[in-house]
Amino acid sequence: MSDGTTAGGSASDKPVPQPEEVLGPRSRELVSGSEQAGRGGRGPEVVEVRRGMFGVQGSGDTSGYGGLVQPVAMPGAATRPYGGWFDEAVDVLAEVLGEAGVAFADAIERVVVDPQPDPPDVLAELTLDVAREHLVAVCRALRDDQDLRFELSLGVSGVHYPHDAGRELHAVYHLTSVTHGRRIRLEVAVPDADPHVPSTTSVYPTNDWHERETWDFFGIVFDDHPGLARIEMPDDWPGHPQRKDYPLGGIPVEYKGATVPPPDTRRQYS
Amino acid sequence: MSTGTFSATRPPTGDEFDPGIPGFEASGGDWDEIAREAVGEERIVVNMGPQHPSTHGVLRLMLEIDGETVTEARCGIGYLHTGIEKNMEFRTWTQGTTFCTRMDYLAPLFQESAYCLATERLLGITDDVPERASIIRVLMMELNRVASHLVCLGTGGNEMGATTVMTIGFTAREEILRLFEAVTGLRMNHAYVRPGGVAQDVPDGFVDQVRAAMPKVRHYLGQLGDLMLANPIFKARLTDVGVLNLAGCMALGVTGPVLRSAGLPYDVRKAFPYSGYETYDFDVPTSTDADCYSRVVLRIEECYQSLRIVEQALARLEDTAGAAVMVADKKIAWPAQLAVGADGQGNSLDHIRQIMGTSMEALIHHFKLVTEGFRVPAGQVWQTVEHPRGELGVHAVSDGGTKPYRAHFRDPSFNNLQAVSVMCEGGQVADVVVAVASLDPVLGGVDR
Repeated sequence: MSDGTTAGGSASDKPVPQPEEVLGPRSRELVSGSEQAGRGGRGPEVVEVRRGMFGVQGSGDTSGYGGLVQPVAMPGAATRPYGGWFDEAVDVLAEVLGEAGVAFADAIERVVVDPQPDPPDVLAELTLDVAREHLVAVCRALRDDQDLRFELSLGVSGVHYPHDAGRELHAVYHLTSVTHGRRIRLEVAVPDADPHVPSTTSVYPTNDWHERETWDFFGIVFDDHPGLARIEMPDDWPGHPQRKDYPLGGIPVEYKGATVPPPDTRRQYS
Repeated sequence: MSTGTFSATRPPTGDEFDPGIPGFEASGGDWDEIAREAVGEERIVVNMGPQHPSTHGVLRLMLEIDGETVTEARCGIGYLHTGIEKNMEFRTWTQGTTFCTRMDYLAPLFQESAYCLATERLLGITDDVPERASIIRVLMMELNRVASHLVCLGTGGNEMGATTVMTIGFTAREEILRLFEAVTGLRMNHAYVRPGGVAQDVPDGFVDQVRAAMPKVRHYLGQLGDLMLANPIFKARLTDVGVLNLAGCMALGVTGPVLRSAGLPYDVRKAFPYSGYETYDFDVPTSTDADCYSRVVLRIEECYQSLRIVEQALARLEDTAGAAVMVADKKIAWPAQLAVGADGQGNSLDHIRQIMGTSMEALIHHFKLVTEGFRVPAGQVWQTVEHPRGELGVHAVSDGGTKPYRAHFRDPSFNNLQAVSVMCEGGQVADVVVAVASLDPVLGGVDR
């Protein structure tokens, strides 16, 4: 197991290839957001690099795919113009935050527009990566300013990226402006070792249960939440089930003489 | 459980504090804690549910009452949590519809449609979905909306003792479930809407079948209206009960008929159209009474509006007869259109003959697509649809693989249950049943 023939071991010393190098001319089809790499943005954000195929670990390269290296690249920072109402909204937000004494560059780490077609279309989504210490101020600005007016929060969703060092846990907020007919996404990334995010219940009371759910499923602690208890799992449940390191569970099922393994032990294609 | 490591949970108070012993939160719903708090005081704590006929499934309500007045109401949920979102991360994107359809089991086609719309946006094929597929989706969703509202009205009446309301509601729903069975083979848990289109075209004669069923549904809806809307007992039970004004709705993120009963005509079909809803002619009924009675009126009115959309969709189905119902891209579209054979089993014998007898490549393609699935470009997307109970949101994240990296469903029932305490506190115990029924929670969707 520990010798040099393992599928992943031999490749782990090499530098991590970038998406364009690995995927070649098809990278534009396969990695959403990769077109921004050449536009002066920070390029796609690689959150994980996968090696091998079919979920094989610790055996020789029996499949012939052991040398495969696949970076997982999420859409990167967008470049101006963002398109549509996005530029105006970001400018207004910067102005309102400035009035509140918060520097825009401190509060908003990154602006992502995905997809970013030219010309912009209705399917494009605006994402603001928010620094956690300014999350409540950003929410308040987005809700209260008359040119932003994202008065309806549609809850919090967690995502776990276990290989994105220092940014393992993401809390994702979706806000809707009924007034202007707009939508925006806020994303806060925190390290697994310090999973604290300020609670937004003071701005959006509806996030109460959604934050409890995200705590329950991902272990993100929402500071100053009025009662951060588990909501779906039993109160004394150990662990946070939606995290990637939490097993799905399941038992092999026998059917007509054949045995069907549980889903998380079946062959993996990615 | 608070372990002492995390400071954000509400700390234990007084001399009960012992860092070695796990603490339990009252809002998380531990009965002993609540009962102990109440000892020696002039108040009664009533545990209602989770096995209670008027809580729409396994909803647990913890009521603190003073005489007949509810002074505090809390919800306990999680009794139906089955980890559907987690399971979806271990299946292909197409198999995901089989899972999300089981969330809100009274409105399965909305979860399927929202999830597939999200997947299509990640794939970048939103504009390639055939028009006929979108028409069928709209038709099925609107029929489903009527069916879901009929259950809401029927069970809501039953909980107040009006059994006839329930029998009429379920009889009318039966007409719609027969239509679903004709199209998908199933009365619920359809997995009919698929990324790229729908699983198969509607059967021959389906348009006539719907046209024959619509007068019956209208007839039953009329009967429901006659039974409920002018009934003095019904009005006395519902009028000015469970009031939640517009500010309360917005703060608590309550959408759907409850929000519209407070006066805001917010409907995702109008605000952020999908599947071509902007081309259909329908109205969004609203009220300003913000009480349970107005929500009943709105739901009945919404049923009639849905029937209007159904009629328009039927006309379009006739115009597009024979057109494709799945994207043309063979890397995404399921390889065969299933057909019901003489034995009543669904399979495409022509397709089997081709892949087994004539084309090795077609066999490989079929095998790869069905077992491995298709790859979806990395990224995330947020898609919402107007669910019978409010705004249903799907947050789908892909890592470029063949399975969803994360599929989160913002179920409207889950969110709307937060309003129970606001709607019930200060009212009578009997009003709790009415208020919860007016939110129309479905616990399969709440707990997922």
